[in-house]
Parts: sequence; C-alpha cells; structure tokens
Amino acid sequence: MSRLPFYLLVGLLLVMGIGLSVHRHVTLEVPWTPGEQREVWEVEALVNFTAQDGPVLVNMALPSRQQSFRLLTEHTASPGYGLAFLEENGGRRAQWSIRDASGNQQLYYTTQMLATPDARPPGIEPPELHSDIIWERPYDTAAAQMIERAWNRSADGFTFARELIRDFGDERQGENSRLLLTQFERGPLLVRLLNQAGVPAREVSGLLLEDARRRQTLSQWVQVFDGERWALFDPATGEQGRPDNLLLWEASGQAVLEVQGGTNSRVTFSMLNRNQPAAAAVRSQLAEDTLLNFSIHSLPLEEQALFQTILLIPIGALVVVILRILVGIKTSGTFMPVLIALAFIQTTLITGLVGFLLIVAVGLVIRNYLSYLNLLLVARVTAVIITVIAIISLFSVLSYRFGLNAGLTITFFPMIILSWTIERMSILWEEEGPREVLIQGGGSLLTAVIAFLAMTNPWVRHITFNFLGVQMILMALILLLGNYTGYRLLELRRFKPITED
Amino acid sequence: MWNWTSPGKLRAKGIIGMNRRNIRYIGRYNDRRLYPLVDDKLKTKILAQEYGITTPALIGTVATQFGVKHLREMLHGHDGFVIKPAKGSGGKGILVIDHVEDGAFIKPSGVRLTLKDVERHASNILSGLYSLGGSPDVAVVEALINFDERLAEYTYEGVPDIRVIVFLGYPVMAMMRLSTAASDGKANLHQGAVGVGLDIATGTAIRGVQFDRTRLDHPDTGHELASLHIPDWDTLLLLAAGCYEMTGLLGYLGTDVVLDRDHGPMLLELNARPGLAIQMANGEGLRRRLDLIERQPAGCPPEERVAFAQHHFARRSELESNAVSAALAV
Repeated sequence: MSRLPFYLLVGLLLVMGIGLSVHRHVTLEVPWTPGEQREVWEVEALVNFTAQDGPVLVNMALPSRQQSFRLLTEHTASPGYGLAFLEENGGRRAQWSIRDASGNQQLYYTTQMLATPDARPPGIEPPELHSDIIWERPYDTAAAQMIERAWNRSADGFTFARELIRDFGDERQGENSRLLLTQFERGPLLVRLLNQAGVPAREVSGLLLEDARRRQTLSQWVQVFDGERWALFDPATGEQGRPDNLLLWEASGQAVLEVQGGTNSRVTFSMLNRNQPAAAAVRSQLAEDTLLNFSIHSLPLEEQALFQTILLIPIGALVVVILRILVGIKTSGTFMPVLIALAFIQTTLITGLVGFLLIVAVGLVIRNYLSYLNLLLVARVTAVIITVIAIISLFSVLSYRFGLNAGLTITFFPMIILSWTIERMSILWEEEGPREVLIQGGGSLLTAVIAFLAMTNPWVRHITFNFLGVQMILMALILLLGNYTGYRLLELRRFKPITED
Repeated sequence: MWNWTSPGKLRAKGIIGMNRRNIRYIGRYNDRRLYPLVDDKLKTKILAQEYGITTPALIGTVATQFGVKHLREMLHGHDGFVIKPAKGSGGKGILVIDHVEDGAFIKPSGVRLTLKDVERHASNILSGLYSLGGSPDVAVVEALINFDERLAEYTYEGVPDIRVIVFLGYPVMAMMRLSTAASDGKANLHQGAVGVGLDIATGTAIRGVQFDRTRLDHPDTGHELASLHIPDWDTLLLLAAGCYEMTGLLGYLGTDVVLDRDHGPMLLELNARPGLAIQMANGEGLRRRLDLIERQPAGCPPEERVAFAQHHFARRSELESNAVSAALAV
C-alpha cells in the first residue's frame, strides 16, 4: 500500500496551514507575538451647522484603508438622524438625513485607525483627464504660458507638478500666476492646469495627526499620477511626498462636506493617540472577511471568548498524543487530562491541583464504601456523581467561610468526568493495587499540568486564536505522529533487561 | 542510576515497540471486522467448537441481571469454576473458584467468598464494568481446568497458560505464564506472574522473567525453571496455528492455551492485541521472526507452518548455560 497519498495530505495541510497564517500575518498585520504594541489613532469628526427649519441632508467623506493606516472601527452619534454609509466614485461617504431640523446641529463621527508602518498602498485608479477645459480670456494665454514654462523645466508628471506649484510660490510668482490666482483658488487651479497638460491629478483632503489636538481642520493636497505611481504635493510649497502622520480623509476629488438645508456648516477634528497590545488591535479590526481572511473575530464577543477556549483543545490533545505516543505515559481515560487542564485554566494551577486531589481522594473513600453495597454500575456511578457534587459544594462553602475565595472556582471541574475517573481508579485499585493507581493517576495529572502550561502560554493562546491555519498544522503534526512506529521513551527503560546480556 | 537503553540497541535486538505493533502488525494484518470473534469469549468458544478446537467446558452464561439469581442453581454440583466477562480484556474480571466448601466459595488463594460476592461479581460483569468501553456484557461460567500435574510444581495457585503469538498462521514465539502469590493466581505478567520463554522447536524453557527481571526459579515454589518442558508441544502448536483459519485470517494473534490433564491442550482465549512482554520472556525481539514470515508465500496448511516455525525458530536454553556457569562458579 502506497503511503504517497498520506504524505501528500500531510504536505497539503502543512502548506495550507502555513500559507493561511502567513497570509493573515502579511495582509492583516496580525503579529506573531502577543506582546507587540500597535499605535491606534482615535479621530473624532464633529460636523456643525445651522439647520433651516426643514429637511436636511448631510454628506461627508470618510477615510478608508490606505497606506500606513487601517480602519479598525467607526461609530457615529447623531440622535434623530437617519444614517447610511455609501460608496461613491471610489470613496466612502456617510449620509445623514432628517425630515425636520432647526437651530444648531452637531453630528459626530469617530473612527479608530491602526497605524501600520509596513502596509503597501492599495492600488488607486487615476482620475479621468478633463479634456474639455475652457479658459476665458485672458486666462487662456496665462495658463498656456505657465504650462509651457513648467513643461520645459520638467521630465515627467511629478517634476512638472513640482515646477508648476513653485511657479505659484511667493518667490517665483509672476504676472501670469497672480492673474490666475485672482480668479481661481489655488488647489482647483493646479488640478486644472495639470489636467490640461495631460497629467492626471486631483485635489484631496487630509488630516495631519498629532496627539491630543482638538478643533483641527483638513489640509488640501494635490495628488498627481504618473502611470501606476502617484505622489502627493503640498499646493503651497510644491514639496513632494506624504508626511507619515497624514491621514487622507477624502481621496477621490469630491467635496469633504455637503450640507443641504443648512448653513454655516463646518467640520472639525480632534484626535488621540493610544498604544495598545497588538492582539487587542487585531480584535477590534473591522470584519472584512473573505474565505482567506476567515477569522473568528467576526463573531460576537461572547462566542469569541468561547472559541478562544475551543481552539486551545487541539493543543491539549497534541500534548496527550505526544506524551502517549512518544513518551508512553499511561493516563486514566485518554483525553481526561485535557478536560482537567481546561478546569485548571479556570481555577489556576495550585488551587486546581489541590481541588482535584481532594475530590478524587474523598471520592475514592466513598466509592470504596459504595462497592460494598453491591449496586449496578450505572447507579453506582450516579451515586459517585452526586457524591462529587456534594464534595464540591462542601469545599466551596468551607473555603468561602474561611475567606478563601479561590476555593469557589472548584465548581469548574467537570463533575461527570471526575466521577468516571474515581470509578475507574477505584476498579484499578481493586484489580491492580494502589501502585497502578498512582502510576495512572500521576500520569494523568502530569499530562494535565503540561497541557495546562501549554494552553495558558500567552504565545500559544495568541497564535491559536489569531491564526486558524495553525489548526491545519496541528492536524498535520498529529497525522504524522499517528504514523510513528519507533520506540516510546519509556520503552527504552522497559526493554532494558533484554539488552543486558 | 542509568536504567535506560538506546533505540539502536533495541533495534539490534529486533525488539518491537507498542507503536510499531499497533501500526505495522495489528493495523495492517488484523481486520477490524474480525475483532468481535476474538473480543467476545463466548463467540470464540462457539467458533472453536465448529472447528474442532478443544476449549474448557461451558457451564452456562448469565445474560440478564435477573439471571444472576439463578447462578446458585447453575453452579450446583460444580466444584471448581471460572466466571469471566465475555468481552473482558487484560484478564480483568476473571473470578476463579477453586472449590466449594459448606456453601463458601474458595479462591485459589484461600480467600472465602459468599454466594452474594459471586453474584455481585456476575452483576458487575453484566453492567459492563470489565468490558471494553463499559458496554453491557455477558458473564461466562466455565468448568475449572484440571491442569496437568506435571506442571504443578511450576505454578502457585492458578493455572499456568501458554501464550503463543501466531503471525499469518505461523507460531512465531511462545511463553508460559506461571501465576505467583504476587499475581493473585492470575497469569498476567504485569501483575507479577512469571513469564517463561519457550523454544518453538521443543517446548522447553529458554529464560524466565518476573517484573521484567530475569529469574531462574519460581518465586513461591522455588522450583527451577530450566527443566520445564511442555508435554504435547506439537499438538499445542498445531492448535494455536489453526486459530488463524478459525478467526477468518486474523494475521497477528495471541492464543492462550492451557494443558488439561484429560483433554490435552485447550484454547482458553484469543487476543487480537497481544502484549509485548513475550519478548522479555524470550530475551529476543519479534522483529526478525515476523520479517521472515512476511516473506513466506500465503496458503500453507497448518502442519507445514508449524514445521517451518520449528525448523527456523529453534533456540538453545539460556537457563541451562546459566545453570552450568553457576555450577562452574561454585
């Protein structure tokens, strides 16, 4: 029988598991270690306007994912207003609407942006060139001259834009530029001139992020395209490049804020910089799940907490597999140690160990008496279950009376599993003697403690929870272990006498 | 204190570990479909009767808790008997009653049990206490074996049985398990019984171990093991080899055989997951023998398989050479 399909399956699982994990790490910046800190900006936009006793429609641009920043969460506070998020011309917008409003109105929009230093800029479609640009006299000649001047001193779109903007600067401002500036605003004018010269460009608005600043406004930038690439230019200085702390708020050449049915509208921003653990930053990541980004972060928080535990079970099971197949430790009940380890997570290790030993010891004494009563098996195990519950209740009450609150966590032990453990150990005691009980009980506890240590390791928790691909790697490992025909560690001891002569 | 050996040394000795046994032999040669025939001692018994293989006489079975009440009538007139779970494993739940005395049931160790104790034991068996996975079971009551007197001095209380590993129908390795005071009359090595490796060619003792350590004599009777010779050895091997066909070709099989004074070798039970302690008793790994058998063509009749094994697996006793060297030392 060929083992090829088996190794193909294992290889496939490994490749898929590693691939999925790396994908999550690269595209979603989920860090490999839980300790890493991530910078999160909390930005609040406040829209202010005076309503004119009638229907109001407010349309504001919203930031989207971009180079250096990723959108984590967003909230709005706008009592009485209808709200919709729209996608328009490649930009996101929020639309507030109300039938009747009067007086001063305030609308809030808050977003959390994750600073991601190594993020690649998402591809941006260059805007269409406006070919039907018509200038009135005498602006047409002024514009043509300015374009020609800058064109001659430039090599490509970017240098052309730089030279053009410098010609509007204070130092080199000539007659042409002064004339044009009397009629046009600087930003739209630049875009217009660039377009006329065949260079795609648009005006965008950005927010310079500084910690704990309030009442900030957006600054204007000119985004110039040269083939696949694009660059930002400061329309005042002609400086090329995007400052690290610039968050592009509106990047599709539209108005930032449009208010119908209101006057005196303006939008101001306040912001706050926070450092938070990377894991928490990942947790608040907006769910944009595709098949590849499949993650449990899209579940409600309560279910996430549940899954955090469920995803650890394979780790505990792996410990059992290693200890049984590679080491050869005997346990009472194959996966009972994993359940005990799960209980230890709730109770903490020392309390858990003491509680476990107390329950099993007292349970064994009582079970010993039950065996004299000549009961049927199911009835006897049920009697043990009730006994275990009684022991747990008693210990809880006692420890509470003595002020030991840790004792209360004893209720996290799986009672039915414990009862079966007691039953099995009791039979083992009768048949094989106390030595075998110690070996198997000790083996179970040792396995449980190692499983507990593995499952509470912060790194293991982080990896299993954030990288579902790890489950496939675990699967592949366990399949490989299931194929191991070599000696177990303890067999090296067991078969020692044979090799002696 | 260094009590560990290296994997290389074990491999050189041809020792098979648990993992290899499970994957390479049990997993490959034992069809799961056939397990019920072996795991259920009642089914094995009925099958053995069909194939003309002798087994201890069946006194009766108890299948319901109600039936436990009729145990007294069933046992009436039988002096010694054994109650065992049909689906037990590892010798668990086997109650041996040596004889009955004024209504009290005496175990080979001399412990007296009342009828209530015996009934409780049967009841425990029915509720699945000793069976694999705790499933409800049937209690099988068998006549006690009148074991061969010639072997009496090699055992303490219990009946010694002979375990033969049958691989693809070839008897590959054998040992005798002698119960001791430590093992409470049971013939399980991990409970303290003495394992004596047997030469496949002649049925004489090769080496003895207790608790995985070498022994030259029986710990309770003090009788030396070197002179141990199994009577009817060829018949016994043939009976063991025949179990291959009987079970529908279970490839890796442990057969437990006892020697009865009147009926000769009897099949006690079969095991589809025989343990590895037999390697300790023989001081040799199974690997080379199993490799040799795997190279043999299939379809030989049992007689040829036994002859092949006797020819290839013959060994000299270590006990005699030990005795000689011990004598020389004196």
